[in-house]
Amino acid sequence: MEACLECRALTKRYGAKKALDGVNLTVVSGRVVGLLGPNGSGKTTLIKLANGLLTPTSGEILICGLTPGVESKALVSYLPDRPCLPEWMSGEGLMDYWADFFADFDRNKAADMMARLGLREEQRVSQMSKGMKEKVQLILVMSRRAKLYLLDEPIGGVDPATRDYILDTIIRNYAEDASVVISTHLIADVENVLDDVIFLREGQVTMQASVDDIREQYGKSVDALFREVFKC
Amino acid sequence: MQWHFDNELPIYTQLVGHIKRAIATGELRPGEKMTPVRELSLEAGVNPNTMQRALQQLEREGLVYPQRGNGRYVTEDVDVIDGARKTLAAGHVRRYREAMRALGYSEEEMSGLLRESREEENDGSMS
Repeated sequence: MEACLECRALTKRYGAKKALDGVNLTVVSGRVVGLLGPNGSGKTTLIKLANGLLTPTSGEILICGLTPGVESKALVSYLPDRPCLPEWMSGEGLMDYWADFFADFDRNKAADMMARLGLREEQRVSQMSKGMKEKVQLILVMSRRAKLYLLDEPIGGVDPATRDYILDTIIRNYAEDASVVISTHLIADVENVLDDVIFLREGQVTMQASVDDIREQYGKSVDALFREVFKC
Repeated sequence: MQWHFDNELPIYTQLVGHIKRAIATGELRPGEKMTPVRELSLEAGVNPNTMQRALQQLEREGLVYPQRGNGRYVTEDVDVIDGARKTLAAGHVRRYREAMRALGYSEEEMSGLLRESREEENDGSMS
């Protein structure tokens, strides 16, 4: 199967601190993958490297065989760890903006999802609640037919009903030949929708396995295993 | 269908069990068209690949069958459905006996308790 995301001996230093330390991993197409690790384990750094927002200190990261850049960005749909939408734009303006930038953006799909949320298209970002901004950003991200969705903490800090809405939106909308990488530390909430998990610890991959293999092998949930492995 | 999941077992095994039970109890009728994979996975709150894997397992066991380009159907073979029902029943009986043995009951006492429980239920429904 084709690799959507591939890291080879990927290392990123911030000064003396190694945020990622020789990471090797492959994510093939058609999978939903949880990128799991405690705070400061390198999840966001890895996602930012994949988006070309950071450059590796050494090693290599490839998106469908491409080094991060203009071409790879056409294939990747990225949800940052906090909403970053221009405050002055309206829902309609945002959809125009996304449609201009991304050839794979499905405007009808986005408009449909916004309508179902009860969002008026003329409403400006500055008038939206925090939760609403998060939902709008997710709608924009999931309305693309991307090859790789990189979702950084999509369910951090939202209420359980919104959490369900977000996970439902992700599963409902990702293209079948695409892969989804979800970074989170709220494992119990995402466990059932994941194919595979990657455990990150202090910048290193300590495990990459399928959820059901973990349950079969250890007789416990990924959440329980995580709590054991990362016990403070 | 109601979906509940245990944390200790693989999700796909539990999906197979859920759907099997629905077929055995007639909640899913013989010959009925199954809900498409993605919708069914949303309903259960699980990953579509996991649901797909569960349905393929059920196909291998003959409980559902695919129709080219037209989704999956519940088997019309009553023997297969009855077989699944018997397997589920055997599981319940085994777990009952294990639990009772752990409580220190003999086989005769277990049968006696089953009878008593049945009589109590009958008395209750008559009054």
